[in-house]
Amino acid sequence: MVALSQERLVSSISAPVRRSPPKAFDRFFRIASLGSALLVLTVLLGILASMVYGGAPAFREFGLGFITSSVWDVQRDQYGAWVAIVGTLTTALIALVIGVPISLGIAIFLTQLCPLWLKRPVATTIELLAAVPSIIYGMWGLFVFAPLFARFIQIPVSNLVEGIPIIGTVLYASVPSGVGILTAGIILAVMIVPFVASITRDIFDQIPPVLRESAYGIGCTTWEVVRHVLLPQAGVSIIGAVMLGLGRALGETMAVTFVIGNANRLSASLFDPGSTIASRIANEFNEALGLQLNALMALGCILFLVTFTVLVLARLLIARVNAR
Amino acid sequence: MSQISVNTSSAIGHAAAADIDAPIRIAVRNLNFYYSDALALKNVSMNFHDKQVTALIGPSGCGKSTLLRTFNRIYSLYPEQRADGEILLDGQNVLSPSVDVNELRARVGMVFQKPTPFPMSIYDNIAFGIRLYEKLPKSELDGRVEEALKKAALWNEAKDKLRQSGMGLSGGQQQRLCIARTIAQNPEVILLDEPTSALDPISTGKIEELIEQLREEFTIVIVTHNMQQAARISQFTAFMYLGELVEFGQTDKMFMTPTKKQTQDYITGRFG
Repeated sequence: MVALSQERLVSSISAPVRRSPPKAFDRFFRIASLGSALLVLTVLLGILASMVYGGAPAFREFGLGFITSSVWDVQRDQYGAWVAIVGTLTTALIALVIGVPISLGIAIFLTQLCPLWLKRPVATTIELLAAVPSIIYGMWGLFVFAPLFARFIQIPVSNLVEGIPIIGTVLYASVPSGVGILTAGIILAVMIVPFVASITRDIFDQIPPVLRESAYGIGCTTWEVVRHVLLPQAGVSIIGAVMLGLGRALGETMAVTFVIGNANRLSASLFDPGSTIASRIANEFNEALGLQLNALMALGCILFLVTFTVLVLARLLIARVNAR
Repeated sequence: MSQISVNTSSAIGHAAAADIDAPIRIAVRNLNFYYSDALALKNVSMNFHDKQVTALIGPSGCGKSTLLRTFNRIYSLYPEQRADGEILLDGQNVLSPSVDVNELRARVGMVFQKPTPFPMSIYDNIAFGIRLYEKLPKSELDGRVEEALKKAALWNEAKDKLRQSGMGLSGGQQQRLCIARTIAQNPEVILLDEPTSALDPISTGKIEELIEQLREEFTIVIVTHNMQQAARISQFTAFMYLGELVEFGQTDKMFMTPTKKQTQDYITGRFG
Protein backbone atom coordinates (compact mmCIF):
# COMPACT_ATOMS: atom_id res chain seq x y z
CA MET A 1 0.00 0.00 0.00
CA VAL A 2 2.70 2.40 0.98
CA ALA A 3 4.67 1.61 -2.12
CA LEU A 4 1.65 2.08 -4.30
CA SER A 5 0.81 5.50 -2.93
CA GLN A 6 4.41 6.57 -3.28
CA GLU A 7 4.47 5.45 -6.85
CA ARG A 8 1.34 7.47 -7.55
CA LEU A 9 2.83 10.50 -5.94
CA VAL A 10 5.96 10.25 -8.04
CA SER A 11 4.07 9.73 -11.26
CA SER A 12 1.88 12.74 -10.64
CA ILE A 13 4.94 14.90 -10.18
CA SER A 14 6.99 13.58 -13.08
CA ALA A 15 4.24 13.53 -15.71
CA PRO A 16 3.42 17.12 -16.70
CA VAL A 17 -0.28 17.12 -17.49
CA ARG A 18 -0.50 20.82 -18.05
CA ARG A 19 -1.72 21.44 -21.56
CA SER A 20 -1.09 24.71 -23.29
CA PRO A 21 -4.12 26.95 -22.87
CA PRO A 22 -6.07 27.75 -26.01
CA LYS A 23 -4.99 31.35 -26.12
CA ALA A 24 -6.82 32.19 -29.31
CA PHE A 25 -10.14 31.04 -27.96
CA ASP A 26 -9.58 32.88 -24.72
CA ARG A 27 -8.99 36.11 -26.57
CA PHE A 28 -11.98 35.55 -28.83
CA PHE A 29 -14.15 34.91 -25.81
CA ARG A 30 -13.00 38.07 -24.11
CA ILE A 31 -13.62 40.20 -27.18
CA ALA A 32 -17.01 38.61 -27.78
CA SER A 33 -18.24 39.29 -24.28
CA LEU A 34 -16.90 42.82 -24.38
CA GLY A 35 -18.68 43.27 -27.70
CA SER A 36 -21.97 42.06 -26.23
CA ALA A 37 -21.66 44.55 -23.44
CA LEU A 38 -20.76 47.39 -25.76
CA LEU A 39 -23.60 46.52 -28.10
CA VAL A 40 -26.20 47.47 -25.50
CA LEU A 41 -24.53 50.79 -24.93
CA THR A 42 -24.27 51.42 -28.66
CA VAL A 43 -27.93 50.60 -29.22
CA LEU A 44 -29.00 52.87 -26.39
CA LEU A 45 -26.89 55.76 -27.64
CA GLY A 46 -27.98 55.07 -31.22
CA ILE A 47 -31.64 55.23 -30.28
CA LEU A 48 -31.14 58.42 -28.31
CA ALA A 49 -29.15 60.00 -31.15
CA SER A 50 -31.69 59.10 -33.82
CA MET A 51 -34.55 60.37 -31.67
CA VAL A 52 -32.78 63.67 -31.12
CA TYR A 53 -31.87 63.88 -34.81
CA GLY A 54 -35.42 63.05 -35.88
CA GLY A 55 -37.01 65.40 -33.39
CA ALA A 56 -34.63 68.28 -34.00
CA PRO A 57 -36.66 69.90 -36.84
CA ALA A 58 -39.73 70.09 -34.60
CA PHE A 59 -37.73 71.63 -31.77
CA ARG A 60 -36.17 74.09 -34.25
CA GLU A 61 -39.55 75.02 -35.72
CA PHE A 62 -41.46 75.54 -32.47
CA GLY A 63 -38.70 76.06 -29.92
CA LEU A 64 -39.82 75.93 -26.32
CA GLY A 65 -43.35 76.40 -27.62
CA PHE A 66 -43.33 72.74 -28.61
CA ILE A 67 -43.55 71.84 -24.95
CA THR A 68 -45.93 74.56 -23.81
CA SER A 69 -48.35 74.64 -26.75
CA SER A 70 -51.47 72.50 -26.63
CA VAL A 71 -52.22 72.74 -30.34
CA TRP A 72 -51.83 69.54 -32.34
CA ASP A 73 -53.16 70.34 -35.81
CA VAL A 74 -52.05 68.07 -38.60
CA GLN A 75 -53.79 70.17 -41.31
CA ARG A 76 -51.95 73.36 -40.39
CA ASP A 77 -48.74 71.56 -39.38
CA GLN A 78 -48.82 73.07 -35.89
CA TYR A 79 -47.64 70.83 -33.10
CA GLY A 80 -47.41 71.20 -29.34
CA ALA A 81 -46.80 68.53 -26.73
CA TRP A 82 -48.52 70.05 -23.71
CA VAL A 83 -51.72 67.95 -23.82
CA ALA A 84 -49.78 64.72 -24.18
CA ILE A 85 -47.33 65.67 -21.42
CA VAL A 86 -50.14 66.56 -19.02
CA GLY A 87 -51.99 63.35 -19.96
CA THR A 88 -48.86 61.27 -19.35
CA LEU A 89 -48.18 62.84 -15.98
CA THR A 90 -51.80 62.72 -14.84
CA THR A 91 -52.37 59.06 -15.73
CA ALA A 92 -49.06 58.08 -14.12
CA LEU A 93 -49.91 60.05 -11.00
CA ILE A 94 -53.33 58.41 -10.73
CA ALA A 95 -51.66 55.03 -11.17
CA LEU A 96 -49.30 55.78 -8.29
CA VAL A 97 -52.02 57.14 -6.01
CA ILE A 98 -54.06 53.98 -6.48
CA GLY A 99 -51.30 51.42 -7.02
CA VAL A 100 -48.71 52.30 -4.38
CA PRO A 101 -50.88 51.87 -1.26
CA ILE A 102 -52.12 48.54 -2.65
CA SER A 103 -48.55 47.45 -3.39
CA LEU A 104 -47.36 48.43 0.09
CA GLY A 105 -50.28 46.56 1.59
CA ILE A 106 -49.38 43.45 -0.39
CA ALA A 107 -45.69 43.66 0.56
CA ILE A 108 -46.45 44.17 4.25
CA PHE A 109 -48.96 41.35 4.24
CA LEU A 110 -46.55 38.98 2.51
CA THR A 111 -43.57 39.75 4.73
CA GLN A 112 -45.21 40.31 8.11
CA LEU A 113 -48.66 38.78 8.36
CA CYS A 114 -49.12 36.10 5.77
CA PRO A 115 -49.40 32.53 7.07
CA LEU A 116 -46.80 30.26 5.53
CA TRP A 117 -49.18 28.24 3.36
CA LEU A 118 -50.63 31.36 1.72
CA LYS A 119 -47.31 33.03 0.96
CA ARG A 120 -46.44 31.11 -2.18
CA PRO A 121 -49.89 31.36 -3.86
CA VAL A 122 -50.17 35.12 -3.28
CA ALA A 123 -46.59 35.84 -4.37
CA THR A 124 -46.98 33.72 -7.50
CA THR A 125 -50.27 35.35 -8.45
CA ILE A 126 -48.70 38.77 -8.19
CA GLU A 127 -45.79 37.72 -10.35
CA LEU A 128 -48.20 36.27 -12.93
CA LEU A 129 -49.95 39.62 -13.03
CA ALA A 130 -46.67 41.08 -14.25
CA ALA A 131 -46.56 38.50 -17.04
CA VAL A 132 -49.91 39.55 -18.56
CA PRO A 133 -49.16 41.26 -21.91
CA SER A 134 -50.19 44.89 -21.95
CA ILE A 135 -52.40 44.39 -25.01
CA ILE A 136 -54.53 42.07 -22.86
CA TYR A 137 -54.91 44.81 -20.25
CA GLY A 138 -55.87 47.18 -23.09
CA MET A 139 -58.49 44.84 -24.53
CA TRP A 140 -59.89 43.96 -21.17
CA GLY A 141 -59.90 47.63 -20.24
CA LEU A 142 -61.75 48.69 -23.38
CA PHE A 143 -64.24 45.86 -23.78
CA VAL A 144 -64.93 44.83 -20.19
CA PHE A 145 -63.79 47.48 -17.75
CA ALA A 146 -64.76 50.66 -19.61
CA PRO A 147 -68.47 49.79 -20.11
CA LEU A 148 -68.78 48.72 -16.49
CA PHE A 149 -66.92 51.83 -15.38
CA ALA A 150 -69.25 54.04 -17.43
CA ARG A 151 -72.36 52.38 -16.08
CA PHE A 152 -71.53 51.98 -12.43
CA ILE A 153 -69.09 54.82 -11.76
CA GLN A 154 -69.15 57.57 -14.38
CA ILE A 155 -72.92 57.99 -14.73
CA PRO A 156 -73.83 57.77 -11.02
CA VAL A 157 -70.91 59.93 -9.94
CA SER A 158 -71.60 62.53 -12.64
CA ASN A 159 -75.23 62.71 -11.55
CA LEU A 160 -74.20 63.03 -7.94
CA VAL A 161 -71.56 65.74 -8.30
CA GLU A 162 -73.16 67.82 -11.05
CA GLY A 163 -73.21 71.45 -10.06
CA ILE A 164 -70.87 71.10 -7.08
CA PRO A 165 -67.87 73.40 -7.51
CA ILE A 166 -64.49 71.78 -8.27
CA ILE A 167 -65.59 68.15 -7.66
CA GLY A 168 -68.45 68.77 -10.11
CA THR A 169 -65.85 69.62 -12.73
CA VAL A 170 -63.15 67.09 -11.95
CA LEU A 171 -65.48 64.10 -11.73
CA TYR A 172 -68.07 65.05 -14.33
CA ALA A 173 -68.39 63.06 -17.55
CA SER A 174 -70.01 65.02 -20.37
CA VAL A 175 -69.94 61.87 -22.50
CA PRO A 176 -69.90 58.87 -20.16
CA SER A 177 -68.20 56.43 -22.51
CA GLY A 178 -66.07 54.74 -19.92
CA VAL A 179 -62.77 55.63 -21.56
CA GLY A 180 -60.72 58.57 -20.32
CA ILE A 181 -57.83 59.72 -18.15
CA LEU A 182 -59.10 58.08 -14.96
CA THR A 183 -59.76 54.75 -16.69
CA ALA A 184 -56.24 54.77 -18.09
CA GLY A 185 -54.89 55.61 -14.61
CA ILE A 186 -56.75 52.70 -13.05
CA ILE A 187 -55.56 50.23 -15.68
CA LEU A 188 -52.01 51.52 -15.20
CA ALA A 189 -52.37 51.08 -11.44
CA VAL A 190 -53.20 47.41 -11.96
CA MET A 191 -50.17 47.11 -14.23
CA ILE A 192 -47.65 48.65 -11.82
CA VAL A 193 -48.84 46.81 -8.70
CA PRO A 194 -46.88 43.60 -9.39
CA PHE A 195 -43.64 45.55 -9.91
CA VAL A 196 -43.91 47.84 -6.95
CA ALA A 197 -45.23 45.08 -4.68
CA SER A 198 -42.49 42.58 -5.48
CA ILE A 199 -39.70 45.15 -5.13
CA THR A 200 -41.03 46.49 -1.83
CA ARG A 201 -41.39 42.91 -0.63
CA ASP A 202 -37.71 42.31 -1.43
CA ILE A 203 -36.79 45.51 0.38
CA PHE A 204 -38.68 44.39 3.50
CA ASP A 205 -37.06 40.97 3.25
CA GLN A 206 -33.61 42.57 3.27
CA ILE A 207 -34.24 44.24 6.61
CA PRO A 208 -32.52 42.00 9.18
CA PRO A 209 -35.07 39.89 11.08
CA VAL A 210 -33.42 40.86 14.36
CA LEU A 211 -34.51 44.49 13.91
CA ARG A 212 -38.09 43.34 13.54
CA GLU A 213 -37.71 41.06 16.54
CA SER A 214 -36.34 43.83 18.69
CA ALA A 215 -39.24 46.08 17.73
CA TYR A 216 -41.70 43.37 18.71
CA GLY A 217 -39.42 42.77 21.70
CA ILE A 218 -40.27 46.12 23.30
CA GLY A 219 -43.95 45.34 22.92
CA CYS A 220 -44.88 46.91 19.59
CA THR A 221 -47.94 45.73 17.71
CA THR A 222 -47.54 44.76 14.06
CA TRP A 223 -48.81 48.16 12.96
CA GLU A 224 -46.30 49.95 15.19
CA VAL A 225 -43.46 47.77 13.93
CA VAL A 226 -44.34 48.49 10.30
CA ARG A 227 -45.09 52.17 10.77
CA HIS A 228 -42.23 53.20 13.06
CA VAL A 229 -39.44 50.74 12.32
CA LEU A 230 -39.76 48.87 9.02
CA LEU A 231 -41.04 51.71 6.81
CA PRO A 232 -38.44 54.24 8.04
CA GLN A 233 -35.74 51.60 7.76
CA ALA A 234 -36.74 50.82 4.17
CA GLY A 235 -37.02 54.57 3.65
CA VAL A 236 -35.79 55.89 0.33
CA SER A 237 -35.73 52.42 -1.18
CA ILE A 238 -39.53 52.43 -1.13
CA ILE A 239 -39.43 55.69 -3.06
CA GLY A 240 -37.12 53.91 -5.51
CA ALA A 241 -39.67 51.13 -5.95
CA VAL A 242 -42.40 53.70 -6.49
CA MET A 243 -40.32 55.45 -9.13
CA LEU A 244 -39.75 52.17 -10.90
CA GLY A 245 -43.52 51.84 -11.08
CA LEU A 246 -43.70 55.44 -12.26
CA GLY A 247 -41.26 54.69 -15.05
CA ARG A 248 -43.46 51.88 -16.25
CA ALA A 249 -46.63 53.95 -15.98
CA LEU A 250 -45.09 56.82 -17.98
CA GLY A 251 -43.99 54.67 -20.87
CA GLU A 252 -46.87 52.20 -21.09
CA THR A 253 -48.39 52.43 -24.57
CA MET A 254 -50.78 49.74 -25.72
CA ALA A 255 -53.11 49.47 -22.76
CA VAL A 256 -53.33 53.23 -22.42
CA THR A 257 -53.98 53.77 -26.13
CA PHE A 258 -56.99 51.48 -25.83
CA VAL A 259 -58.67 53.15 -22.90
CA ILE A 260 -57.64 56.81 -22.84
CA GLY A 261 -59.90 57.99 -25.66
CA ASN A 262 -57.14 59.68 -27.67
CA ALA A 263 -58.46 63.21 -27.70
CA ASN A 264 -56.14 66.17 -28.03
CA ARG A 265 -57.77 68.43 -25.57
CA LEU A 266 -57.13 69.59 -22.08
CA SER A 267 -60.06 68.89 -19.86
CA ALA A 268 -60.45 69.56 -16.19
CA SER A 269 -62.45 66.36 -15.81
CA LEU A 270 -60.73 63.06 -15.11
CA PHE A 271 -63.63 61.29 -16.80
CA ASP A 272 -62.87 62.97 -20.14
CA PRO A 273 -60.71 61.42 -22.82
CA GLY A 274 -57.17 62.67 -23.30
CA SER A 275 -53.91 61.31 -24.59
CA THR A 276 -50.42 60.49 -23.41
CA ILE A 277 -47.14 60.85 -25.27
CA ALA A 278 -46.99 57.12 -25.90
CA SER A 279 -50.60 56.82 -27.04
CA ARG A 280 -50.21 59.82 -29.38
CA ILE A 281 -47.17 58.25 -31.03
CA ALA A 282 -48.87 54.85 -31.34
CA ASN A 283 -51.93 56.42 -32.93
CA GLU A 284 -50.27 58.64 -35.49
CA PHE A 285 -46.98 57.06 -36.42
CA ASN A 286 -48.38 54.98 -39.26
CA GLU A 287 -49.51 57.93 -41.35
CA ALA A 288 -47.13 60.60 -40.15
CA LEU A 289 -45.07 62.49 -42.72
CA GLY A 290 -42.71 65.43 -42.69
CA LEU A 291 -42.96 67.76 -39.74
CA GLN A 292 -45.61 65.60 -38.05
CA LEU A 293 -43.10 62.73 -37.99
CA ASN A 294 -40.48 65.06 -36.55
CA ALA A 295 -42.93 66.23 -33.91
CA LEU A 296 -43.67 62.65 -32.91
CA MET A 297 -39.93 61.95 -32.70
CA ALA A 298 -39.56 65.01 -30.49
CA LEU A 299 -42.38 63.68 -28.30
CA GLY A 300 -40.48 60.42 -28.08
CA CYS A 301 -37.37 62.32 -27.06
CA ILE A 302 -39.16 63.98 -24.19
CA LEU A 303 -40.63 60.66 -22.98
CA PHE A 304 -37.27 58.94 -23.30
CA LEU A 305 -35.50 61.52 -21.22
CA VAL A 306 -38.20 61.59 -18.55
CA THR A 307 -38.42 57.80 -18.12
CA PHE A 308 -34.65 57.43 -18.29
CA THR A 309 -34.18 59.96 -15.50
CA VAL A 310 -36.89 58.35 -13.40
CA LEU A 311 -35.39 54.88 -13.80
CA VAL A 312 -31.86 55.97 -12.99
CA LEU A 313 -33.10 57.74 -9.85
CA ALA A 314 -35.12 54.67 -8.90
CA ARG A 315 -32.12 52.37 -9.21
CA LEU A 316 -29.94 54.68 -7.16
CA LEU A 317 -32.52 54.87 -4.39
CA ILE A 318 -33.12 51.11 -4.30
CA ALA A 319 -29.39 50.46 -4.14
CA ARG A 320 -29.16 52.47 -0.94
CA VAL A 321 -30.80 49.88 1.30
CA ASN A 322 -28.28 47.27 0.16
CA ALA A 323 -25.40 49.60 0.93
CA ARG A 324 -26.51 50.03 4.54
CA MET B 1 -20.88 31.79 51.76
CA SER B 2 -20.82 35.39 52.86
CA GLN B 3 -22.82 38.05 51.09
CA ILE B 4 -20.56 40.48 49.28
CA SER B 5 -22.04 43.81 48.40
CA VAL B 6 -21.65 44.89 44.81
CA ASN B 7 -18.58 46.92 44.22
CA THR B 8 -19.02 48.47 40.81
CA SER B 9 -15.48 49.77 40.49
CA SER B 10 -14.14 46.23 40.45
CA ALA B 11 -16.97 44.81 38.41
CA ILE B 12 -14.66 43.11 35.99
CA GLY B 13 -13.07 40.25 37.80
CA HIS B 14 -15.59 38.63 40.05
CA ALA B 15 -19.30 38.87 40.27
CA ALA B 16 -21.07 39.29 43.55
CA ALA B 17 -21.82 36.05 45.31
CA ALA B 18 -25.10 34.33 44.61
CA ASP B 19 -28.00 35.06 46.90
CA ILE B 20 -29.55 31.64 47.14
CA ASP B 21 -32.41 32.97 49.24
CA ALA B 22 -33.53 35.45 46.58
CA PRO B 23 -37.17 34.90 45.61
CA ILE B 24 -37.88 33.06 42.37
CA ARG B 25 -38.85 35.37 39.56
CA ILE B 26 -39.21 32.91 36.70
CA ALA B 27 -39.98 29.26 37.18
CA VAL B 28 -39.69 27.01 34.15
CA ARG B 29 -41.60 23.75 34.45
CA ASN B 30 -41.38 20.83 32.01
CA LEU B 31 -40.74 23.06 29.02
CA ASN B 32 -40.58 21.47 25.59
CA PHE B 33 -39.90 23.46 22.47
CA TYR B 34 -40.39 22.51 18.83
CA TYR B 35 -39.11 23.90 15.55
CA SER B 36 -41.72 22.38 13.25
CA ASP B 37 -41.29 18.76 14.38
CA ALA B 38 -37.77 18.94 15.76
CA LEU B 39 -37.59 18.94 19.54
CA ALA B 40 -35.21 21.70 20.64
CA LEU B 41 -35.83 21.79 24.38
CA LYS B 42 -36.48 18.60 26.30
CA ASN B 43 -38.40 18.83 29.50
CA VAL B 44 -36.46 21.77 30.94
CA SER B 45 -37.25 22.83 34.51
CA MET B 46 -35.32 25.49 36.40
CA ASN B 47 -35.67 28.62 38.49
CA PHE B 48 -34.43 32.15 37.92
CA HIS B 49 -33.87 34.17 41.05
CA ASP B 50 -34.87 37.77 41.55
CA LYS B 51 -32.14 40.40 41.02
CA GLN B 52 -29.55 37.82 40.07
CA VAL B 53 -27.72 37.25 36.83
CA THR B 54 -28.25 33.77 35.43
CA ALA B 55 -26.00 32.71 32.56
CA LEU B 56 -27.04 30.08 30.05
CA ILE B 57 -24.03 28.32 28.57
CA GLY B 58 -23.48 25.40 26.26
CA PRO B 59 -22.28 24.62 22.75
CA SER B 60 -24.02 26.03 19.66
CA GLY B 61 -27.40 24.51 19.06
CA CYS B 62 -27.84 23.35 22.66
CA GLY B 63 -31.05 25.36 23.05
CA LYS B 64 -29.85 28.20 25.27
CA SER B 65 -31.07 30.95 22.94
CA THR B 66 -34.25 29.00 22.32
CA LEU B 67 -34.92 28.91 26.06
CA LEU B 68 -34.32 32.66 26.30
CA ARG B 69 -36.71 33.33 23.44
CA THR B 70 -39.57 31.58 25.18
CA PHE B 71 -39.59 34.01 28.14
CA ASN B 72 -41.01 36.90 26.09
CA ARG B 73 -42.63 34.64 23.52
CA ILE B 74 -40.67 36.30 20.71
CA TYR B 75 -40.57 32.86 19.07
CA SER B 76 -44.29 33.18 18.36
CA LEU B 77 -43.45 35.54 15.46
CA TYR B 78 -42.64 32.34 13.62
CA PRO B 79 -45.69 30.14 13.18
CA GLU B 80 -43.67 26.92 12.90
CA GLN B 81 -42.23 27.31 16.40
CA ARG B 82 -44.15 26.27 19.51
CA ALA B 83 -43.60 25.57 23.17
CA ASP B 84 -45.43 23.53 25.78
CA GLY B 85 -45.00 23.32 29.50
CA GLU B 86 -45.07 26.25 31.89
CA ILE B 87 -43.04 29.40 32.34
CA LEU B 88 -44.24 31.14 35.46
CA LEU B 89 -43.35 34.82 35.66
CA ASP B 90 -44.38 35.91 39.14
CA GLY B 91 -46.66 32.91 39.21
CA GLN B 92 -48.40 33.67 35.91
CA ASN B 93 -47.88 31.28 33.02
CA VAL B 94 -46.56 33.37 30.12
CA LEU B 95 -47.24 30.58 27.64
CA SER B 96 -50.96 30.80 28.32
CA PRO B 97 -52.89 32.09 25.26
CA SER B 98 -54.67 34.64 27.42
CA VAL B 99 -51.43 36.54 28.07
CA ASP B 100 -51.12 39.82 26.15
CA VAL B 101 -47.77 39.30 24.39
CA ASN B 102 -47.18 43.01 23.81
CA GLU B 103 -47.54 43.75 27.49
CA LEU B 104 -45.43 40.70 28.33
CA ARG B 105 -42.64 41.99 26.11
CA ALA B 106 -42.68 45.33 27.88
CA ARG B 107 -42.29 43.45 31.18
CA VAL B 108 -39.60 41.14 29.83
CA GLY B 109 -37.13 43.21 27.83
CA MET B 110 -34.71 41.68 25.36
CA VAL B 111 -31.36 42.74 23.93
CA PHE B 112 -30.08 40.91 20.89
CA GLN B 113 -26.78 39.64 19.56
CA LYS B 114 -26.38 42.53 17.16
CA PRO B 115 -27.18 46.10 18.14
CA THR B 116 -30.54 47.03 16.63
CA PRO B 117 -31.10 50.77 16.92
CA PHE B 118 -34.36 51.83 15.35
CA PRO B 119 -34.17 54.24 12.38
CA MET B 120 -34.86 57.30 14.52
CA SER B 121 -33.00 59.68 16.81
CA ILE B 122 -31.22 58.53 19.96
CA TYR B 123 -33.89 60.27 22.03
CA ASP B 124 -36.74 58.66 20.10
CA ASN B 125 -35.14 55.23 20.26
CA ILE B 126 -35.78 55.34 23.99
CA ALA B 127 -38.90 57.49 24.09
CA PHE B 128 -40.60 55.26 21.51
CA GLY B 129 -40.76 52.28 23.85
CA ILE B 130 -41.96 54.40 26.77
CA ARG B 131 -44.67 56.08 24.70
CA LEU B 132 -46.07 52.69 23.71
CA TYR B 133 -47.31 52.12 27.24
CA GLU B 134 -47.32 55.42 29.04
CA LYS B 135 -48.67 58.83 28.21
CA LEU B 136 -46.20 61.21 29.81
CA PRO B 137 -45.78 64.98 29.60
CA LYS B 138 -42.67 66.05 27.70
CA SER B 139 -40.64 67.03 30.77
CA GLU B 140 -41.25 63.70 32.47
CA LEU B 141 -40.43 61.83 29.27
CA ASP B 142 -37.16 63.78 28.99
CA GLY B 143 -36.35 62.73 32.53
CA ARG B 144 -37.04 59.08 31.80
CA VAL B 145 -34.87 59.17 28.68
CA GLU B 146 -32.03 60.76 30.62
CA GLU B 147 -32.39 58.28 33.45
CA ALA B 148 -32.31 55.33 31.06
CA LEU B 149 -29.26 56.67 29.25
CA LYS B 150 -27.50 57.24 32.56
CA LYS B 151 -28.28 53.74 33.76
CA ALA B 152 -26.95 52.38 30.49
CA ALA B 153 -23.76 54.44 30.93
CA LEU B 154 -24.39 56.24 27.65
CA TRP B 155 -25.51 59.64 28.89
CA ASN B 156 -22.12 61.32 28.80
CA GLU B 157 -21.46 60.19 25.25
CA ALA B 158 -24.97 60.86 23.93
CA LYS B 159 -26.27 63.90 25.80
CA ASP B 160 -25.10 66.36 23.14
CA LYS B 161 -26.51 64.43 20.22
CA LEU B 162 -29.89 63.19 21.39
CA ARG B 163 -31.50 64.41 18.17
CA GLN B 164 -29.04 62.58 15.93
CA SER B 165 -29.78 59.19 14.46
CA GLY B 166 -29.08 56.18 16.64
CA MET B 167 -27.45 54.54 13.62
CA GLY B 168 -24.55 56.99 13.86
CA LEU B 169 -23.26 55.56 17.15
CA SER B 170 -20.47 52.99 17.38
CA GLY B 171 -21.34 49.32 17.80
CA GLY B 172 -20.77 49.31 21.54
CA GLN B 173 -22.72 52.55 21.99
CA GLN B 174 -25.56 51.15 19.89
CA GLN B 175 -25.74 48.09 22.11
CA ARG B 176 -25.86 50.29 25.22
CA LEU B 177 -28.60 52.30 23.49
CA CYS B 178 -30.54 49.05 23.05
CA ILE B 179 -30.05 48.28 26.74
CA ALA B 180 -31.18 51.82 27.61
CA ARG B 181 -34.25 51.34 25.42
CA THR B 182 -35.05 48.14 27.28
CA ILE B 183 -34.60 49.45 30.81
CA ALA B 184 -36.53 52.64 30.00
CA GLN B 185 -39.67 50.53 30.00
CA ASN B 186 -38.98 49.45 33.59
CA PRO B 187 -39.10 45.75 32.82
CA GLU B 188 -38.98 43.10 35.52
CA VAL B 189 -36.66 40.83 33.60
CA ILE B 190 -33.96 41.58 31.03
CA LEU B 191 -32.99 38.91 28.53
CA LEU B 192 -29.58 39.28 26.90
CA ASP B 193 -28.88 37.08 23.90
CA GLU B 194 -25.10 37.07 23.47
CA PRO B 195 -25.07 40.85 23.84
CA THR B 196 -21.30 41.22 23.40
CA SER B 197 -20.56 38.72 20.67
CA ALA B 198 -20.45 41.46 18.00
CA LEU B 199 -18.40 43.88 20.10
CA ASP B 200 -14.73 44.62 20.69
CA PRO B 201 -13.13 43.87 24.10
CA ILE B 202 -13.44 47.41 25.43
CA SER B 203 -17.12 47.68 24.57
CA THR B 204 -17.61 44.19 25.99
CA GLY B 205 -16.02 45.31 29.25
CA LYS B 206 -18.38 48.27 29.47
CA ILE B 207 -21.43 46.10 28.85
CA GLU B 208 -20.31 43.61 31.50
CA GLU B 209 -19.81 46.40 34.00
CA LEU B 210 -23.27 47.64 33.12
CA ILE B 211 -24.85 44.22 33.66
CA GLU B 212 -23.27 44.11 37.11
CA GLN B 213 -24.95 47.41 37.97
CA LEU B 214 -28.30 46.55 36.44
CA ARG B 215 -28.47 43.43 38.57
CA GLU B 216 -29.36 45.62 41.54
CA GLU B 217 -32.69 46.46 39.91
CA PHE B 218 -33.51 43.75 37.40
CA THR B 219 -33.54 40.02 37.06
CA ILE B 220 -31.14 39.22 34.25
CA VAL B 221 -30.81 36.17 32.05
CA ILE B 222 -27.85 36.14 29.68
CA VAL B 223 -26.93 33.70 26.96
CA THR B 224 -23.22 33.62 26.33
CA HIS B 225 -20.68 31.62 24.39
CA ASN B 226 -17.92 32.97 26.51
CA MET B 227 -17.39 30.96 29.69
CA GLN B 228 -15.11 33.57 31.25
CA GLN B 229 -17.90 36.05 30.76
CA ALA B 230 -20.36 33.74 32.49
CA ALA B 231 -17.92 33.32 35.37
CA ARG B 232 -17.30 37.08 35.59
CA ILE B 233 -20.83 38.38 35.65
CA SER B 234 -23.29 35.72 36.75
CA GLN B 235 -24.46 34.42 40.10
CA PHE B 236 -26.09 31.33 38.64
CA THR B 237 -25.16 29.27 35.62
CA ALA B 238 -27.10 26.71 33.65
CA PHE B 239 -25.24 24.35 31.35
CA MET B 240 -27.31 23.02 28.49
CA TYR B 241 -26.50 20.33 25.99
CA LEU B 242 -28.59 18.99 23.10
CA GLY B 243 -31.77 20.63 24.35
CA GLU B 244 -31.44 19.38 27.89
CA LEU B 245 -30.53 21.17 31.07
CA VAL B 246 -27.47 19.26 32.25
CA GLU B 247 -26.54 21.21 35.32
CA PHE B 248 -27.74 24.29 37.11
CA GLY B 249 -26.29 25.94 40.16
CA GLN B 250 -24.29 28.77 41.65
CA THR B 251 -21.68 29.99 39.23
CA ASP B 252 -18.75 29.69 41.65
CA LYS B 253 -19.55 26.12 42.51
CA MET B 254 -20.26 25.12 38.98
CA PHE B 255 -16.96 26.40 37.65
CA MET B 256 -14.93 25.07 40.58
CA THR B 257 -16.59 21.72 41.18
CA PRO B 258 -19.05 20.73 38.49
CA THR B 259 -21.03 17.67 39.45
CA LYS B 260 -21.56 16.30 35.96
CA LYS B 261 -18.78 15.06 33.73
CA GLN B 262 -20.29 16.76 30.64
CA THR B 263 -20.18 20.11 32.41
CA GLN B 264 -16.60 19.59 33.42
CA ASP B 265 -15.62 18.62 29.88
CA TYR B 266 -17.30 21.71 28.48
CA ILE B 267 -15.91 24.26 30.92
CA THR B 268 -12.43 22.84 30.64
CA GLY B 269 -12.68 23.12 26.87
CA ARG B 270 -12.70 19.46 26.00
CA PHE B 271 -15.67 19.90 23.66
CA GLY B 272 -18.01 22.62 22.47
